[in-house]
Formats: sequence, structure tokens, C-alpha cells
Amino acid sequence: MFFQPTIIALLLVAMLNAAMLAVASPYAWQLIRQWDIGSGSDRQLRLERLTYFFSTLLVFVCLLQIASTLLFVFNADHMHTMFVGAMCAIGTLNVNQWGFPALYLQLALFFMAALWLALNALDNRARDYPLVRVKYGALLVLAPVAFASLVVQLLYFGNLEADVITSCCGSMFSEESESVAATLAAIEPGPAMVLFYSVLLPTIFVSAWHWRSTGFSRLRAGAVGLASALAFLVSIAAVVAFVSLYIYEHPNHHCPFCILQPEFGYQGYLIYIPLFAAAAFGMASGLLAPFNRFSSLATLAPTASRRLAGQAAVGYALVVAVCTLMVLKSNLILLD
Amino acid sequence: MNDWIERQRHLLDFTLTSLARRKTKNIGLLVVFALLVFVLASVSLYTQALRSEAVRVLEQSPEIVVQRLVAGRHDLIPPDYLEGIGRLRGVRSIETRLWGYYYDPVLKANYTLMVPRTRTIEQGEIVVGPALEHTRGLGTNTGISLRAYSGELHTFLVTDVLPHETELMSADLVLMNEGDFRRFFNFPDGHYTDIVLSVANPREVRNIGLKLMEMLPDARPILREEVLRTYNSIYAWREGLLLALLSASILAFGILAWEKSTGLSADERREIGILKAIGWETGDVIRMKFWEGFVIAFSAFLFGYVLAYVHVFYLRFFLFEPVLKGWAVLYPRFALTPQIDAMQLITLFIFTVVPYVAAVLVPIWRAATTDPDTVMRS
Repeated sequence: MFFQPTIIALLLVAMLNAAMLAVASPYAWQLIRQWDIGSGSDRQLRLERLTYFFSTLLVFVCLLQIASTLLFVFNADHMHTMFVGAMCAIGTLNVNQWGFPALYLQLALFFMAALWLALNALDNRARDYPLVRVKYGALLVLAPVAFASLVVQLLYFGNLEADVITSCCGSMFSEESESVAATLAAIEPGPAMVLFYSVLLPTIFVSAWHWRSTGFSRLRAGAVGLASALAFLVSIAAVVAFVSLYIYEHPNHHCPFCILQPEFGYQGYLIYIPLFAAAAFGMASGLLAPFNRFSSLATLAPTASRRLAGQAAVGYALVVAVCTLMVLKSNLILLD
Repeated sequence: MNDWIERQRHLLDFTLTSLARRKTKNIGLLVVFALLVFVLASVSLYTQALRSEAVRVLEQSPEIVVQRLVAGRHDLIPPDYLEGIGRLRGVRSIETRLWGYYYDPVLKANYTLMVPRTRTIEQGEIVVGPALEHTRGLGTNTGISLRAYSGELHTFLVTDVLPHETELMSADLVLMNEGDFRRFFNFPDGHYTDIVLSVANPREVRNIGLKLMEMLPDARPILREEVLRTYNSIYAWREGLLLALLSASILAFGILAWEKSTGLSADERREIGILKAIGWETGDVIRMKFWEGFVIAFSAFLFGYVLAYVHVFYLRFFLFEPVLKGWAVLYPRFALTPQIDAMQLITLFIFTVVPYVAAVLVPIWRAATTDPDTVMRS
């Protein structure tokens, strides 16, 4: 089913990204081996000139990737009317075995692209391109994932058949089934809430502390990065385990995708947008901190890391506030 | 942060004046770009509106229609058929319908003759759809003679014309009394065309359909959601096909954009050379060029999109209508409800702006890394 406008757009982006990364990869390899900022040789001058091009190219690739991830989820939700038995994005993604791998690859690429952009922004601020090797090393990691994402998306969209009866979120998140999704759904709302608040609140605290503190500690920055990643996973689990129940006001409907639909006032976007942004900011904060050992980044890296931690703190605070509000204003009573 | 905004503001300022200095070249590009956006946006706005019109119309139709099949063809429902269904849990109401097609040799078109469920019509009178009003000149209190399939001539008095708002569904409709209907078609007593079921819970519809198939093996239940799905797929498919065909024009535009920005004039070269000589960095030049591209792409997108909006919702999509709408003698005239869909907007943006940016990346870089020395000397 290639002839759907949004599918064509998604594939166009995936192809463009894979092609641009493929063009950039040999150059990245050459640069990692031959880069020498102290040298004034012809080769070095040529490399320096080329970095301008490839940096711009990669910023473009990463921004496109972030847009494409959003569009992918949006489209999966939108297409559910075309499949028998599908009621939300789960149904669309379950039409064949490539749907969920495609989603996971998109999410992985989203975070990789966001982290790369953070690295690039930091590197651009220093005078002597201290992170050039790290940046282009990361590109060599990004390229195969982007290529895999293209292949999986081609397989997924190519094998979409409208007459397949797909399973809806009700069967995937039913508590008897044995998948990861079902395990998440089977967590009791009470313990899930305790877990949610006991991970998210310390994450906000440590991020805010890192942001506001005068001294800089790599350890604390690392803690922000790890806590952000953990908080992201816990928040997703929390959405499945209890937040969704309160939004639907139904004790057994665990779907994390139906909340994106107009029937529920698009409330999902209120959770997911700050959540993804906060996770990306927090992880970037942890990632940038160790680079303060380069002399040109000695003050730049900590400043950037702190600012990102601040943004992560705000993002996660929003997530907690939105989830709490949704639980409080719901008419469903799960716990006394 | 303020520094950053200030810096971008100055760059943008510079870019705008520099664009204004090369008016003809940039306006040419802008016009072509806007045209491309206009064509693509027209197609997707129109299909989107058609799709939601179909959804809106079908919302009021019954959840399940049951037809009886004989040798794989649609056949009449015999009198005792309904008893076979009996009571089905979850079904709010079961009703029979009487309708049929009549070919009018005058117009060379088919009418849909129907006995309404909710309104009573006296014998000898009919109510007609709006398309019949303007193609056969029927108004209230005019008479019409129709030649039945048996050869007899039947005369009816038009008592009312259905409102124009319902034209999408009622264009070719003729509503009449049950007795008239049976006489006109020689329709056997007690028989019906099909059965409609309304179901309260949307999740039960599929199960009820399956139960019906079990109880009445010769029946074909048609679910509303299936009809809706078919419409959805058809319109999305037509739109996608048209976009795929138009992608050739996107490619052509990409080549044009590449050409335009590769062919730096001597003036532009000198400008970049001077900028670099007075202290601009390569990064600044790239940023300036980026703003240039952004200004062109954004205004072209906006301009093209607004034009497409006017074309679709106020000028009835007259350029491409036959491709997407389909064709019929008694085609309903209908106005589409203006609307903009976020996903469609993003898709369109990817179709137009992304290829443009990809095409100008290399030329921008080439321009930005020009050596001031070589430029000023030449």
C-alpha cells in the first residue's frame, strides 16, 4: 500500500536520510583517520571545508528524522480506519510483523538524532572543533540504523494489506497475554503510581539541582542522563499501567495510543511531547558533561549540560503535572 | 539566547535586502515553487474534504444493511425472511426498505426510487431530489409521467423538492408512496429490497454481522464501517496516485532549484567575497543562505497553499475535478466544508520544502566556502 500520501512522504524522508548518510559515511571515515587541526596541509584545509557541508547536511538529516518520527506515529494512528479490527495505532502497527520494529527504529533514530544535534551544537561553539571525531564516529553508528529503518519501513508499508484482520489494543494489553505490553498492563495501578512518582520526582530534583548548582560534577550530569532514560521508560509504563485507565475512565483499557485520538481530546500529545523532549534533553545533558576535559570546552560543556538539565527538569515536571491532573480530574476511582 | 535571536534577526534583515536586490531571479523561483505547492495542495485538500464529506454522510446511515443473494446476485427479501432473524441481542431496530432504480430515457440517467421510512407520502405524489429539479425542470406542483417497465404510463405530482444541503446523497432520489412503488415496479406483495439494522454499540457490529451470516447463509451483511473504509482507501489511493505522478514535477523543481542556486552570478560571488573579507565566517554565510532559502520556501508554501485553498473551496476545484470526483449524468452539486488537517499539512511540507532544501544544500555550501581572495581577484 504505497500510494498513500503520508506513506510516500515517510518513505521519501527515509530514503533521503539513508542516501545522505551513505554519502557522508566515507567522508566521516576519512575524517576520523586524517583529521589534524594543527596541520595546515591541503588535505586538512579540504577536510575543514567539507565539515561545513556535512555538518549542515547532518543537521538537516536529524531535523528531518525528528519530524519523520512524529509523522510516523501520527500516521499510524490516522490509518486505523483502513484496517478491519483496528481501533488505533496498535491495530495499524499489528497488520504485519514489521510494524512495531519500524516504530522502535524510528524512536531509536529520534533519540540518536537529538543527541547528535546536541553534540553538534556544542562543537560549533568551540573554536577548534574538539568533537569532530566523536561527531563523525556517531554518524557511522547512525547510518546503519537509518538504513535498517528504511528497509523495515519499506517492508512494513509494502506489506500493508487492508483485508488482514488485525488485533486491536484490547487484545494486546489484556492481562492474560504474555507479551511485554501485557506485563506492563498487568502492573497494579497502586504500585505503578508509587514507581512513577518515586522515579520521576528524584529525576526532576537531580536535573534541577544540576541546573542550578554552582559547582560542576560529571557524576551528577551522568546521573541526570541515566535518570532521564529511566524516567522515560517508567513514564511509558505508567501511561500503560494507570494514566490511560484514568483518561478512558475504564478499568481495563490500557492502550497508550488511543489517547492520541480526537475522542479523548488529543490528551496523549500533552504527555508525549514533553516526555520525549525531556528524555532527549536529559540524556544529552549526561552525554555532553564528560567533554569538559577538552580545554576549549572546559566551560562550554558544563554550561550546555546544565542548561539541558534545566530543560529536562521542566519537561519532566510538565509530564508529572499533566499525568497527575489527568488522574485527579478523571471520574474513575481505582484506589480509595 | 537573546544574542542568538538578535544575530538571526540581523542575518534575516540582510538576507531580505539581498533578495530584494535580485528581484527577477527570486520572483521566478518563487512563482514556480508556489505553483508546485498549489497543485499538490489542491489535490490533497480536495481529497481530504471529499473523504470527510463521505464520513459525515455515512454517519447517519444504518450500521448494517442485509441483502439476500440468489446465485450471487442481489435478490428480494421474501415475506417470512425476517422471522428467521428473530431477536438479536444488541440490535436496536430492524427495518425493511423498498427501493429500486429507474432508467429515464429522457435524461439517459438512472433515478433511485424509494419509499421513505420516516415521512408519509400520499398516493400519486412524489418528492424529488435537487438534481432532478435542475435537470428535468421539476418544481413543486408540476406533474411528471414515467413509463414503468411493464409499459404502462404512471403520472405523479411533485409535492416537494429535497433540500440542497443533502444533495450529495439525494441528487437522483424520487420518494413515493408504498402502494405506488409496488404498482410501478410490479413489486410482489410482502417482498422488500433489503433490511437495515441499527446497532447501539459499535464494537458489537462485527459480531452481529457474523451471527447474521450464520443464521441466514444466503444473506450478505454490509457494514457501515466497511463502506467507510472503502471510501477512505479509494480517496487516499487516488490522492497518492496523483501525487506519485506529480512527483515528476517535484523532481523537475528540485533540478531547477539546484540550477538556480548553483549559477551564482558574478555579483553574488563578489558579495560573498566581500562579506568574508570583512570578517564573516563560513558558518555565517551558510546561515545567511539558509535564511534566503527559508524565506523563499516559506513564502512560496504559504502563497501556494492559500491559492489552493481558494481553488478547492471557492472555485470548486475546477482544474482537476474530473480525475478525483468521478463522473455521472446526475452528478450532485455540492459545496465542500473547508478544513485543514495537520497531518496533511506536514505531508505537503515534506513533499515540497524538503526536496528544495536537499537540492540547494550543495550549492549553498559551495557558495559559502568560496575563497575571498580568488573571488575578488577574478
